[in-house]
Amino acid sequence: MQSPLPFFPEQASSIAGSVDALFSFILLTCLFFAVLVTLLAIFAAFRYRRQSPNEVGADIEGNLALEVGWTVIPLIIALGMFAWGAVIYTHFRTAPKDTIDIYVVGKQWMWRLEQPNGKREINELHIPVGRNIKLIMGSEDVIHNFYVPAFRVKMDVVPGRYNTLWFQPTKIGKYHFFCSQYCGTNHAVMGGWVTVMDPAEYSAWLSDESGEVNPVSAGEKLFTQLACNTCHLPNGTGRAPSLNGVYGAKVLLADGTTVTADDSYIRESILQPKAKIVAGYQPVMPTFQGLVSEEQILNLTAYIKSLQSQPVPAKGAGIAPANAAGKK
Amino acid sequence: MHRTGALYGQFETLEQQKDTATLGMWIFLVTEVMFFGGIMLAYTINRHTYFTAFAMGSSMISLPLGTTNTIVLLASSFTMAMGVWSAQTGKKKLLPIFLTLTIILGFAFFYVKYVEYSQKFHHHLVPGKTFDVNYCVNNPSKCEDISPADLDKEREELQRANAADPNLNSHAQLYFSAYFGMTGLHALHMIIGAGLLFWLLHGSLKGLYTPQWNTPVDIVGLYWHFVDIVWIYLFPLLYLIDRHR
Amino acid sequence: MSTAATTPSAVFPEKHYLNATYGIRSWLLTTDHKRIALLYLVSVTAFFFVGGFFAMMIRLHLLTPNGYVLTPDMYNRMFTMHGVAMIFFFLIPSIPAVLGNFLIPLMVGAKDLAFPRINLLSWYIYIIGGAFTLYSMVTGGLDTGWTFYTPLSTVYSNSAVAPAVVGVFITGFSSILTGLNFLVTVHTMRAPGMTWFRLPLFVWAHYATSVVMILGTPVIAITLGLAAMERVFGLGFFNPAMGGDPILFQHLFWFYSHPAVYIMILPAMGVISELIPTFARKKLFGYHFVAAASLAIAVIGFLVWTHHMFLTGQSTYAAIAFSLLTFLVAIPSAVKVFNWTATLFGGSISFDTPMLYAFGFLGLFLIGGLTGLFLGCLGTDIHIHDTYFVVAHFHYIMVGGAVMGYLGGLHFWWPKITGRMYPEWLARIAALILFVGFNLTFFPQFLLGYNGMPRRYHVYPPEYQVYNVMSTAGASILAVGYLLPMIYLVWATFYGKVAGDNPWPATGLEWKTPSPPPTENFPVTPVVTWEPYDFHNRKDLGLEVGLAEAHADD
Repeated sequence: MQSPLPFFPEQASSIAGSVDALFSFILLTCLFFAVLVTLLAIFAAFRYRRQSPNEVGADIEGNLALEVGWTVIPLIIALGMFAWGAVIYTHFRTAPKDTIDIYVVGKQWMWRLEQPNGKREINELHIPVGRNIKLIMGSEDVIHNFYVPAFRVKMDVVPGRYNTLWFQPTKIGKYHFFCSQYCGTNHAVMGGWVTVMDPAEYSAWLSDESGEVNPVSAGEKLFTQLACNTCHLPNGTGRAPSLNGVYGAKVLLADGTTVTADDSYIRESILQPKAKIVAGYQPVMPTFQGLVSEEQILNLTAYIKSLQSQPVPAKGAGIAPANAAGKK
Repeated sequence: MHRTGALYGQFETLEQQKDTATLGMWIFLVTEVMFFGGIMLAYTINRHTYFTAFAMGSSMISLPLGTTNTIVLLASSFTMAMGVWSAQTGKKKLLPIFLTLTIILGFAFFYVKYVEYSQKFHHHLVPGKTFDVNYCVNNPSKCEDISPADLDKEREELQRANAADPNLNSHAQLYFSAYFGMTGLHALHMIIGAGLLFWLLHGSLKGLYTPQWNTPVDIVGLYWHFVDIVWIYLFPLLYLIDRHR
Repeated sequence: MSTAATTPSAVFPEKHYLNATYGIRSWLLTTDHKRIALLYLVSVTAFFFVGGFFAMMIRLHLLTPNGYVLTPDMYNRMFTMHGVAMIFFFLIPSIPAVLGNFLIPLMVGAKDLAFPRINLLSWYIYIIGGAFTLYSMVTGGLDTGWTFYTPLSTVYSNSAVAPAVVGVFITGFSSILTGLNFLVTVHTMRAPGMTWFRLPLFVWAHYATSVVMILGTPVIAITLGLAAMERVFGLGFFNPAMGGDPILFQHLFWFYSHPAVYIMILPAMGVISELIPTFARKKLFGYHFVAAASLAIAVIGFLVWTHHMFLTGQSTYAAIAFSLLTFLVAIPSAVKVFNWTATLFGGSISFDTPMLYAFGFLGLFLIGGLTGLFLGCLGTDIHIHDTYFVVAHFHYIMVGGAVMGYLGGLHFWWPKITGRMYPEWLARIAALILFVGFNLTFFPQFLLGYNGMPRRYHVYPPEYQVYNVMSTAGASILAVGYLLPMIYLVWATFYGKVAGDNPWPATGLEWKTPSPPPTENFPVTPVVTWEPYDFHNRKDLGLEVGLAEAHADD
């Protein structure tokens, strides 16, 4: 696939070209200055080499203009590099809206990746080319990192929080991914392959169920088992707000602020329900800390997400009205 | 190259020697600020994240004992300053008296700390396997030193706290880890300070310190005042903020 | 064909600090800063061997993609202990504790440091800390990475974390006391006439280093203290399962560990600032700017730590702020490189071994420093964070920079320390071997990194093998480059040519006293009336001051 002396990996994502371009810019600039200084030093070493044993050099103290010049010019170049990098990074950290969401759990020393329909993979990720992909990642133990060199992206996977990573693959093929944060004994083998497929083939692959558990239906079962449905009535008449359409919407809280109901919000609502109370409701939800595993939370979240398309009741949803700017 | 009282070998003048020692102690105190600063930062961040548990923790440590210790330390800084004054003005008889008073006050601090720590131990508030923030309200007979009225208030507060924070016990354990970490580190510094005071007392009884040369008294004074200031920060941070009663 | 000035044949002094007193007690209980410097020399060299052994194991193992030399757990211990030994027990003490201790009193015209007994105490603290860490290494090893990230280090690791952390904690106090001693000495112990702007830049560099030492080291102390408490008593500050935050550990850790890299490089820059004027026989170009740049690096260095954490999921705004600050901290280093290069113009340059090391430093620090820009730049860091690119970057600075500075300084001041010259031609060959070996070892690692090979990997995909083999080949050459000076410097101590007071000659105050110096450094306290590196007005050096004007209008 690659020559034995490669300089950079394939460019297989929408951001890879920008990263390589920025790298090349910095490289050329650094090469310029490095060569300049080296040539100057070599030149001076020859030109001013000692001619006789007791010779001394000229009596020169310095030069203000030079000092200012070689402070300001590198500063301007440095700021240029910084700005270009900041733009790429901000783009990298801001996931677009229309993503295919993959849930990822890293643990010593393997990866579990779950497709939107619940199909699960171990150390493999199948995705369609040309679509925006968002990985929502959690760790069960220590800090890991999901790194795809061909996409030029990576993100730490930290226990106790979710980190997201988005990218858009642009070339069909198989690309290595690695764990890129030292995590113990088998850190070096905790990797696998990202397979970027033609969208039609991806759909076909995705619907090939053969023994997979659908997280949405698993989540639906849990929703009933854990009696969530006794308070969160879909028609909004229960003790708790309806969850229809809430995923991704802005929720109005009791203290007047609004919050986006994303995966982290849902997870927090399940584990620490008193943290954010929806306006107009009492803080009566019990906590499920210790009663649900990370996988079960993922399944419940998938189920709640599937309620996005359900009709939102006029009264009894926690969603903020469109003109509520949210105080504070 | 070392003789007490007069010039050390590497110095040219007594004044240079005194300036050097004083600057050395100030720089050392700066490192101590960074040292305590680190753990105070960790405490403050955790206090913000787990305010329920930390407020509970603050309410469960003894305000009277903490206040006593604050007064004791402020008094000891006063007696220390008087000691430095005595050395500077040549009052050779007074210096050992003030040093002794400072030492006594220091020991008073240790005694109060001992009482506090052993209370925590009996109330199962020492971080580790036996830590249980609900211990006393669940076992009133084991915590006879808390009055029934106080115990009722604590029970009520714990109920609310437990409802607001399902992980109250492990977050409260964070509070008490910080409590023991910070006060323990502070106590260690006081023990070293007490040792230095004994050393000064010994020298003062031999009449070593004169208005021309009293640098050791001066710089131990600086150290003692610093240790006092650390407590002035710890006291509100641990005992006063968000306290319920 | 040495181009050192011709002096009458040198005389070896009868009484000096090495033979003033005899016996092991006179060494282990010494308060003479020069003897303490030699105690440090022996101990840091011992730890260099320890760290070097681990490096050898790493490179041998990485010759093949499937690694047949070590088990995964053993490999993880090798890279961890290589980092801990080299960073805390070699790089951080080396130049300050060996060269700084020896030279600073001589350079400022004092009889000793401000606190000689604290100086000895700092060496004992270093030894005790080292003992704890060695104990950890032999009883279960350490496999957390030198960065001790939680919760891996505090909860999941099965290695001897606690003794190692205690060892590093203790050794930190050695650093703090050294820094304290230097700061006070520079403030209060300067000889009459030695004003701030007459100080050698070596002293300015160590002043800046000492500021970093005393402000930063206490923070790593408390951080490691908390981590040790967590490991031993199961507390939860950094453990998410107990409500703690692993990212808090990273912030506290890097708040010191980033400035720590400036502790490692500033002294080496100070050495270079002595070597180039001496071997170009010319004032350092822009003395004031170089002094200011040292202080600027020390201060701004405290404001960039989060650039190690761009990909932890932190706020984008924080990342942007820290990236900007990171680019700012690069500027003073660039200013220094330009000033060093400018010093060469109009000089009278000789290529003695110390100058070869200075040239080597210039080139390698240039590469190391410039590659830092790729890492500080957010857009490229996304790709190269935690890859071999980082490993190459910091080795270029630590080894290509700091170790070159250390070796250059050792060679330059060896005549002052021992009274004898090292063998010049052998030393030049060793310097060249080192330079070649170094580049072959670490340059391929930049390519490995951009190609995506992560760091801390005991096995790797086969496409990365060619660069790994190059790297190991280079390391074997590098090893020769290190062994040679260790051998001939020791030989020279006993059999080298007698050096005399000032063999080069150089302009510092340390060269106006015999080689080796007497215990009290100066029989009479010197009074300083000359500017630094002022070859033109130093008639006492015996050089042709007037004739050099021929170069001035080039």
